[in-house]
Amino acid sequence: MPTVFKRPHALKEVSMHYCPGCTHGIIHRLIAEVIDELDIEGKTIGISSVGCTYNNYEYFNCDMVQAAHGRAPAVGTGVKRANPDNVVFTYQGDGDLAAIGTAEIVHAAARGEKITTVFVNNAIYGMTSGQMAPTTLINQVTTTTPYGRSVEKHGFPIRVCELLSSLEGAVYIERVSVNDIKNIKNAKQAIKKAFQVQLANKGFSLVEVLSTCPTNWGLNPNEAIKWLENNMIPHYPLGNFKGKDLEV
Amino acid sequence: MGEKILMKGNEVIGEAALRAGCKHYFGYPITPQTEIAHYMAKRMPMVGGTFVQAESEVAAINMVYGAASAGVRALTSSSSPGISLKQEGISYASCAELPAVIVNIVRCGPGLGGILPAQCDYFQAVKGGGHGDYKMVVLAPCSVQELYELTVEAFNIADKYRILVMIMGDGILGQMMEPVEFKDKEEIISVQKNWAASGTKMNRENNVITSIYIDPEKMEKHNLKLQEKYSRIASSEVKVETYNCENADIIVSAFGSVARIVKNVISMAEKEGIKVGLIRPITLWPFPESEFLKYADVPKAFLTVEMNAGQMFEDVKMAVNGRKKVYFHGRMGGMIPTQQDILDKIKEILKV
Repeated sequence: MPTVFKRPHALKEVSMHYCPGCTHGIIHRLIAEVIDELDIEGKTIGISSVGCTYNNYEYFNCDMVQAAHGRAPAVGTGVKRANPDNVVFTYQGDGDLAAIGTAEIVHAAARGEKITTVFVNNAIYGMTSGQMAPTTLINQVTTTTPYGRSVEKHGFPIRVCELLSSLEGAVYIERVSVNDIKNIKNAKQAIKKAFQVQLANKGFSLVEVLSTCPTNWGLNPNEAIKWLENNMIPHYPLGNFKGKDLEV
Repeated sequence: MGEKILMKGNEVIGEAALRAGCKHYFGYPITPQTEIAHYMAKRMPMVGGTFVQAESEVAAINMVYGAASAGVRALTSSSSPGISLKQEGISYASCAELPAVIVNIVRCGPGLGGILPAQCDYFQAVKGGGHGDYKMVVLAPCSVQELYELTVEAFNIADKYRILVMIMGDGILGQMMEPVEFKDKEEIISVQKNWAASGTKMNRENNVITSIYIDPEKMEKHNLKLQEKYSRIASSEVKVETYNCENADIIVSAFGSVARIVKNVISMAEKEGIKVGLIRPITLWPFPESEFLKYADVPKAFLTVEMNAGQMFEDVKMAVNGRKKVYFHGRMGGMIPTQQDILDKIKEILKV
């Protein structure tokens, strides 16, 4: 019987620690499939960050480096500059990338570092139990915005793709979502393109993936998907911001 | 030995690093060490190396973390306020057992302080400025020649033990020009970095560089492994210069630039019939405790002289362990202890 579905080689055969309904697992799988398809596992270095995915180095078969909170793009810069033939990706959440690591992501992008960032936006801090993230939506209730995020008190959520798109060094920027099959397929294509951009030495590439956090949103997995569709996508429009037609 | 040339301390650090095979420098401008960055910016492209002016000290140390993870010799340099910013990365790299060299050309503090020389980062360097139980090897050169030799050695120690090594100088040492004689060839130890994250090439298990151990038993085990390594270093890497200590009336202890001032005091005192000895720790960690014990019964007292409020003073007191009284003389804020002041202090202690 022909095999129609199997675990990507780049993904270790271990169970993941993520909560039921969390979409990190899907995103990990997409990255692993891309690594397999591009046949780059032997030269890929992943950079884990701080947050729910702090230990995703346990899930990938490529070499992995765990970075301090927000510093993954700086660590990735060091790894890539040491061995420019390596493929380097960072995997960062919204707190890691858009709060504590804002300087590192902006400057890695501005320098046009030949690394790829997978930015997972679920509009909340997961690991530390549901605090306001830079991407938390207006009126969204979190443990540090118990009355809802207010513009007056907390300011506006940050749109990372739009922000980074103004930088010349960032050559490929796309926002995707993993809420349904169609979007998951699009997400994989975007991640693949982002890696190809790096392989072609074009510059910095980033894919923002809208993701769910049922546990900290206080919703069941189905409701969480609906919440993402009804609240996140309107605020964080999907699509390519830069580099759609980039030859790779 | 090779050619002898006149060079500025900061530039010598850069040249020494290159000679030690370091091709990756990440830094951020801050006085009084910026010439290291200038030198690297000019020289790295000539040797096919990497110079990155990072967006911050925090980013620079994390770039070092990345480069060291990938298995190459990496350097960052800064001065006191910048070194404070690097403490996060220092703690992480220490836990992840990454070999790298960090230069601190110390300026006076606290706060933004001033740009003039000081030794007020001693505690931060030797007691762990970042969080957690970790140690760095801390080297304190006192001349431009020694700056060169110890910088090369720093990379060897770092690789040998998978540890961070800090070169701690001060504004005097970084800024002054002195003749330096470079060797024709450096002794560079060869270490197989089979732990590095440089790609599996599909012919080995994947390598992971990490500083997180959520399981308490594993975290303690890792800590014990680190402590065992620190013990090995403490028993084999101590460097100290002892001068004139036999029959000394008083033994002065000083490191870095200040030790050179003390050497002048020794000859001044000799003319007045006072025998002054010097113990100059070259490794501030590991601290040369046994050298103090060895001479503890010789002098009437010990004196430490530093450009701070009395930091190494505490370690000297611990090393002497109550066997003799230990006095302190220090200046702060970028002020430098004068020979006369030190001699006066010696006379006051000895009541002569």
